[in-house]
Amino acid sequence: MNPSFAVVSYYEPWWIQILKAVVIFAIILQLQPILIVGERKLLGRFQGRYGPNRVGPYGLATPLADVIKLATKEQFRPDTSIGWMFALAPIISVVAAIGALSIIPFGDTQDIFGTQVGLYGLDVSIGPLFVFAMGAVAFYGIMLGGFSSGSKYSFLGAMRAAAQLISYEVSQGLALVGVVMTAGTLSLTEIVHAQQGMWYVIPQFLGFLIFLVASFAETNRAPFDLVEADAEIVGGYFTEYGGTRFTSYLFAEYINMCVVSLIMVTVFFGGWLLPFGINPPGWLDPFIVLGKTSVFLVFFIWIRATLPRVRYDQLMSFGWKVLLPLATLNTLVTAIVLVATD
Amino acid sequence: MSSTVDKSAPGQATPAKSAYRQMEESIDLSAVQQPVFVDGATHELLTLNMGPHHPATHGELRLLVTLDGEIVRDIKPIIGYVHTGIEKTAEQKAYWKVIPVVERMDYLAYFFNAYAFCGAVETLTETEVPKRAQYLRVIHMELNRIMSHLVWLGTSALDLGAMSMFWYCFREREAILDLFEYSTGQRMHTRYFQVGGVMEDIPAGWAAKTKAFAEQMPTRVDQYGALLNKNEILLQRLRGVCPLDEATLLELGVTGPLLRASGNPWDLRKAMPYCSYEDFDFKIAVGEHGDNYDRFAVRMQEMKESSKIILQALEGLPEGPFITDDRKIALPPRHELATSMEALIHHFKLVTEGFRVPPGEAYFPIEGPRGELGCFVRSDGSSKPARVHMRDPSFVNLQATAPMCKDAYIADLIATLAMMDPVLGGIDR
Amino acid sequence: MPDQTGLELLAQQVGDAVPDSVLGTLHFRGQATILAAGGQIREVLQTLKDAGFAHLMSVHGVDYYPEEPRLGVIYELLDRSALDRVRVKVRVTVDAPQVPSVTPDWPTAEFQEREVLDMFGVQFAGHPDPRRILMPEDYQGFPQRRDFPIGGEPVLFTKDHGAGDYTEQR
Repeated sequence: MNPSFAVVSYYEPWWIQILKAVVIFAIILQLQPILIVGERKLLGRFQGRYGPNRVGPYGLATPLADVIKLATKEQFRPDTSIGWMFALAPIISVVAAIGALSIIPFGDTQDIFGTQVGLYGLDVSIGPLFVFAMGAVAFYGIMLGGFSSGSKYSFLGAMRAAAQLISYEVSQGLALVGVVMTAGTLSLTEIVHAQQGMWYVIPQFLGFLIFLVASFAETNRAPFDLVEADAEIVGGYFTEYGGTRFTSYLFAEYINMCVVSLIMVTVFFGGWLLPFGINPPGWLDPFIVLGKTSVFLVFFIWIRATLPRVRYDQLMSFGWKVLLPLATLNTLVTAIVLVATD
Repeated sequence: MSSTVDKSAPGQATPAKSAYRQMEESIDLSAVQQPVFVDGATHELLTLNMGPHHPATHGELRLLVTLDGEIVRDIKPIIGYVHTGIEKTAEQKAYWKVIPVVERMDYLAYFFNAYAFCGAVETLTETEVPKRAQYLRVIHMELNRIMSHLVWLGTSALDLGAMSMFWYCFREREAILDLFEYSTGQRMHTRYFQVGGVMEDIPAGWAAKTKAFAEQMPTRVDQYGALLNKNEILLQRLRGVCPLDEATLLELGVTGPLLRASGNPWDLRKAMPYCSYEDFDFKIAVGEHGDNYDRFAVRMQEMKESSKIILQALEGLPEGPFITDDRKIALPPRHELATSMEALIHHFKLVTEGFRVPPGEAYFPIEGPRGELGCFVRSDGSSKPARVHMRDPSFVNLQATAPMCKDAYIADLIATLAMMDPVLGGIDR
Repeated sequence: MPDQTGLELLAQQVGDAVPDSVLGTLHFRGQATILAAGGQIREVLQTLKDAGFAHLMSVHGVDYYPEEPRLGVIYELLDRSALDRVRVKVRVTVDAPQVPSVTPDWPTAEFQEREVLDMFGVQFAGHPDPRRILMPEDYQGFPQRRDFPIGGEPVLFTKDHGAGDYTEQR
């Protein structure tokens, strides 16, 4: 067996692995409509209006209606597009987004009917690296989608994506190095365990801020939604997409939002741990994680309602000239402090 | 599209092209597609057709943009997509029926359009407008100016990515439209201004409501300022972006907030007062650098000044008739119709034929929300104008796009376009 | 607006600077108009510019049908320091609708002259970009002329396109 992959301290039967995969996928996928309707409702409230309230009670069935509408749309593509790439790109985006979910810990190892089950897909010993690897693959989804559309707006969006996602991934990665050094492990489960006394957001506050900002850029959310800036390049990489392919991109974006929020919760906010010595029963762990995550999701939406979009060159210079030096400094200081106090 | 004309199989005799196709192919785009010189450039430039339906072009504006990466090297505005021939339509209608037509040109400045036209006709007929009518016109025009600026603020903030501003601005705009509905019966294109005055007096309670609104508006502007003016991202997007100096703006005939942003305090309301504007105490907002931030700040300030004018006009609203008593031009009051034969004749003549205007030409410029809005009317002595031409500020200001946005980023082009506030209905007419 | 005397003096000044350029003056409803010769409009406007009317605010086209010469181009000039306006009018015939372009001297005239060209068919010699501006490039006729018919405009739809030649339906 590959030693760097799935080093778990106990044996899990294969059917549990599959069952966990299905359950995590199903739950996260069902969260997306809630997230979408929640975003629209919240945006509505931020903007002094009601938000969707026509379909279903309180408009809760709006995403369902959206999905039906989008799924029954004609599958068209421009004459100038490259067919197989055009079809493949949204798939890559979705697969990469969901792939990153597999290592998020939702809870500790639980004893379920006499079987030891970890409330996570996998506990890999390369935790954050796996997430970044998936992020890098997701970038191909956007890049190929923009490139293969054969539209100039899509092309510009792809170019922006190429520059933006790569430059912010560097800062995002470096922001986590401090945590990894402090915890002394790359396993996300172990990182959560290491936060028993104090959440890493306190010693690694700068790292958290850098990670937060870079996450906005990585998920293409306002104010860094340059890749799809609708006022400038119409829709960026998904200008030419419609129907289910567009839905795939939309889902990928929202799942990515969930993933970065979950990572932030796991790495900086103690995962399923609660402060002040509160120790709830193990089956509550996933709810604690999701509860903390929803705080970040609301924050994402709040920022979207408030801030204007930055300009492309400002984004790049901010990423390389502010975030990256800060992240490097954070890493250095953490290393020095660790060595000094060791 | 027809496939019979173009896609002929090779070897087959090419079918004769239709006259339309020949004409289409004869269109010379050399002026549009002339190569842009970039010194020493070996790389390819990208020509991007922005519009006619692009989310940020404020209507149906098409920009042929030559891009060097993200940098705009050349812009050619192409207009005419919402040309509806209003000026031609106006020639077929009696003078009083022209008013609702010209109102639809610049659909955010309908009171101004109506006033420019009415003013030109009043010049030709030498009609004296009662003082109360003038004050009512001022109140409505200044409300309209605030409304137009609110739409500008909302949409340009949306273009910059601050989407919530749109709804905040439209909330206040709704309040203004409600006031319009209250006093005139319509939210937009009210046809409230008549030649010789206004259609009817303001209803009871309207003045109080308007006063409450005008008193509240400056605090609202401050709130918008708190959200936008202190936002570092917005300041970076606007400060020092796409400036244009005063001399170039004057050469290009640019007027209104765009010119004032460069420091030239030219405002027809002050310079050549019309419609009793000399009675009011207000300031003219000017900028310093002529960049996008100044354009933004000037308009924000203008909203406050407009509310000051509204308050003063409400305060000093004189008593008296709201329309001229010249029965040859204005309809007689309703009650006279039952008692006066003469009134009935006048009414019949005005409604069927309209009034006749002495032959001549007049140009009536006013300060619209976007600059000098002038209406040129030529009368040939009949009851229909022989020529109505609007000098629309958006149309003239649009020429400044290319000098402003050259060598800027695409995002700056969008921001500048937003700050220029062109209204395509006014440009294309 | 210059008064009657001021207008005559101004016209005198222009006539002295550019011989045979002033064909007449008109003072109507407080608005001053100088009727200028078409060929010398650039020089006339330049003289007025030197006299203080440094801003060209608007260019209108007018069709004086049935008077002759039918077409008119009107320039609205503004003096920003003396707060004065003067109107310069040029009349041309439909058969030879040529006026020198003033765009080289007044960049603001570019769009407005294109509009006059588009709507009235007045050719502006020396215009940098003499194309239609509001009507489609392939449009035939000049819609703002008084003898241009109202209605009956064929609309190009895809469904009509294959059926025949829409330009010949007129």
